[in-house]
Amino acid sequence: MTKILRKPNLVLTTLFILLLNSSLFAKSDEGHDGAVDTKDEVGEYILHHIKDAHDFHLFSYTDSHGERKHVGFPLPVIVWSSKGLTTFMSSKFHHDDSGHQIVEANGTRFVKLHSKIYELEEGAEAISFDETHHPTNAHKVLDFSITKSVFGILLVGLLMFIWFAGLARQYKKKQIPTGFGRVLEPLVLYVRDEIARPNIGEKRYREFTGYLLTVFFFIWILNLLGLTPLGFNVTGQLAVTAALAIFTLIIYTFKGNKGYWGHMLWMPGVPYLIRPVLAIIEVAGAFLIKPFSLLVRLFANISAGHIVVMSLIAIMVTMKSEMGAVGATSLSFVLSFFITLIEVLVAFLQAYIFTMLSALFIGMAVEEHDHH
Amino acid sequence: MEQLLNDFSPGLFVMQTVLLIGLIFLLVKFAWKPILNSLEDREKGIQDALDAAESAKKEMQNITADSESLLKEARAERESLLKEARELKEKILADAKEEAQKEGDKMIAKAQATIESEKKAAVADIKAQVATLSIDIAEKVIKDELSNKSKQQKLVDDMLGDIKLN
Repeated sequence: MTKILRKPNLVLTTLFILLLNSSLFAKSDEGHDGAVDTKDEVGEYILHHIKDAHDFHLFSYTDSHGERKHVGFPLPVIVWSSKGLTTFMSSKFHHDDSGHQIVEANGTRFVKLHSKIYELEEGAEAISFDETHHPTNAHKVLDFSITKSVFGILLVGLLMFIWFAGLARQYKKKQIPTGFGRVLEPLVLYVRDEIARPNIGEKRYREFTGYLLTVFFFIWILNLLGLTPLGFNVTGQLAVTAALAIFTLIIYTFKGNKGYWGHMLWMPGVPYLIRPVLAIIEVAGAFLIKPFSLLVRLFANISAGHIVVMSLIAIMVTMKSEMGAVGATSLSFVLSFFITLIEVLVAFLQAYIFTMLSALFIGMAVEEHDHH
Repeated sequence: MEQLLNDFSPGLFVMQTVLLIGLIFLLVKFAWKPILNSLEDREKGIQDALDAAESAKKEMQNITADSESLLKEARAERESLLKEARELKEKILADAKEEAQKEGDKMIAKAQATIESEKKAAVADIKAQVATLSIDIAEKVIKDELSNKSKQQKLVDDMLGDIKLN
């Protein structure tokens, strides 16, 4: 047992499989059969995929009785409703995403509509919509659920902790790490020497390296996880990239030195009349443009990557009538194979760019200015 | 844009923020700090070892240069010592020669003076002896002459005979 415990990855995989087996559900879907065959269905499926989900869905199939089965496991729903904190398992929605399955918990009624949880108003028996398909008798609740994305964040956090705390432990006994640590060490050195050090400067890079390392590996691993058939799309969630960008914003705002604020608010070396105009531009740049560029770039690249890969995979369904099953499948395979290779590169690239720009912005804020 | 804002989940934002803060703190404490410290220690160790090797090399060079210069110095000293010794020898020889010459000259001069004075004394002595001997001979001759009267008479006669009485 102790020998197994020393291999944390093995333990994690085993736990994952156990979790999968114990709570595996294969329940039939009511009404809509869930198969994805037409172009509209493909489009809807892709858009549904890039959103967050409340249960961990792996795949679906139609069994011999013609029933649609979904394989995956439910995740806990934690919402802040009008009656306070309410929790229940997402399996209560029975894979319904159209707002028809009503879940009663803690004296309130909830429905799930397009991956969002709505609380039905008092006395409402069923959700009703206006002409733009907005619900009229339900409102959104603050949703702290362990969604698929939160599950992914927890999983990556755990992986990173196991890997890097393990690497840190190795240094206590030896100078050069062995095993997986030998793979991680050059990556840590890469972030320190190629991202943190040149962009922040020799003097102060050390205090920000921890943040940059965390962000780099967090984004990279989640990007890569998004390319697996598990179907995570964590770094393609605006909320996640926004949080990451705001972290960087907070760091460079609070660590910015006198010179940084001076150059932002009262730019030396330019005519006095221009200074207020420059200050407006600089303030907008620091508080809006920089974080916005960070959060949109990561979100858009990863979401677009997911959409492109899934669209190319969908060729096999949508082009079947024109090209035949073999032709459509081959074309889909070749295209999606190469795009996936590019996506592996993009996964690294976006993690690198986010970390690099964060380091650059921090570097600009802590840079020692010469007096003009 | 509306779709994007609609998709933005404040709950996920809060969860991500809380989890990221937790992750950063955990990793900084249990991973990044020890890892970066160990890496820096290791790099410092390597740098120190390299510096030590470099300084050892430099020291070695210094020692070689030192010993070389020492050798050169020793050689030069030997050279100068030998030269000095040679010069000293020559000087001693020259001095000795000169001294000997002087001494010899002095001795010769002394000897000559002694010889001169000895000669003078001997000549004086001979002179005195000759005088004594002459007196003795004369005495003896006279004594002998005077003892023979006839002869004396004859002599007187002869002498008288030579004298012409004018």
